[in-house]
Amino acid sequence: MREGCALVTGSARGIGAASATALAAEGWPVAVNYRSDADGAEAVAETIREAGGRAETIQADVRDPAAIAELFKDLEERFAPVLVVVNNAGIRADGLAPQLGDDEWERVLETNLSAAFRVTRRALKPMIRARFGRVINIASVVGPRANAGQANYAASKAGLIGFTKTVAVEVARRGVTVNAVAPGYVETQLTDGVGNGLLEAIPARRAGTADEIATCVRFLASEDASYVTGTTLTVDGGLSA
Amino acid sequence: MPAQATTESVEQVIFDGLKELGAEGEVARSSTFEELDVDSLDLVELAQIIEDEFGVSLQGEDVKDLRTVGDVIDLVVARSQ
Repeated sequence: MREGCALVTGSARGIGAASATALAAEGWPVAVNYRSDADGAEAVAETIREAGGRAETIQADVRDPAAIAELFKDLEERFAPVLVVVNNAGIRADGLAPQLGDDEWERVLETNLSAAFRVTRRALKPMIRARFGRVINIASVVGPRANAGQANYAASKAGLIGFTKTVAVEVARRGVTVNAVAPGYVETQLTDGVGNGLLEAIPARRAGTADEIATCVRFLASEDASYVTGTTLTVDGGLSA
Repeated sequence: MPAQATTESVEQVIFDGLKELGAEGEVARSSTFEELDVDSLDLVELAQIIEDEFGVSLQGEDVKDLRTVGDVIDLVVARSQ
């Protein structure tokens, strides 16, 4: 096992929590990052520890560039250098484009896209030095695909996929891979109230689970995925097929 | 604590760094990165080595006009003062 840890942003619940747990099961010490849900994060860390893994909770609002700098410094000093990053922290603020406020636009872009850029920028330098790194961006089928009421969310996720591809080619020759996972409809707090009537459109006729996304994250973080980079792994029960 | 950045110490770290990054041939102050076959990603990594060693952070704007090894040495020494 490499000397390093996995950082999962926004992992107090949902796909982030499942990803943190899956990476810990793979042997990675995991930094469970959260913004406001300290109890949720602690519960995730506790689950990991009970299963014999290593986990630390770490508070940081990834929208704040100074908090990102502090987060990495803290992890490097008292935990381990970050060799796996899962950019998972995400929000939605829905509305039809004519009614979407500047604030709703900016908050979503800032959290889902700009924060992922800043976390990745900071993480890449030590990864390049280590000749190993894994960046996994949690995108969405919304972005490559339309979803009325989510112009801001779709723009952020499509942006994340474009970002993934270009960064991947920049660092590929240093053993650092950068990929995206694009979940379809997964039942989490984020998708509360979204599901009504959608299941009919999903070929699998059911919502996905956070664990079904996390298992893909775990694969992309593994040594087995060393030649997979710049790609987007769609996990949507056939929705966008 | 970052090391004291003297011309000699910076030169040593940069020469060693460039060799580690697979620079081709003899490294001298007058060598251009093109001659050494050092590409933009190598320069990013060299900037990281410099930051770790001397605490001097070099960003995009700083490095884009650097052509020779001497240019980098002078910049790092100047920045660390």
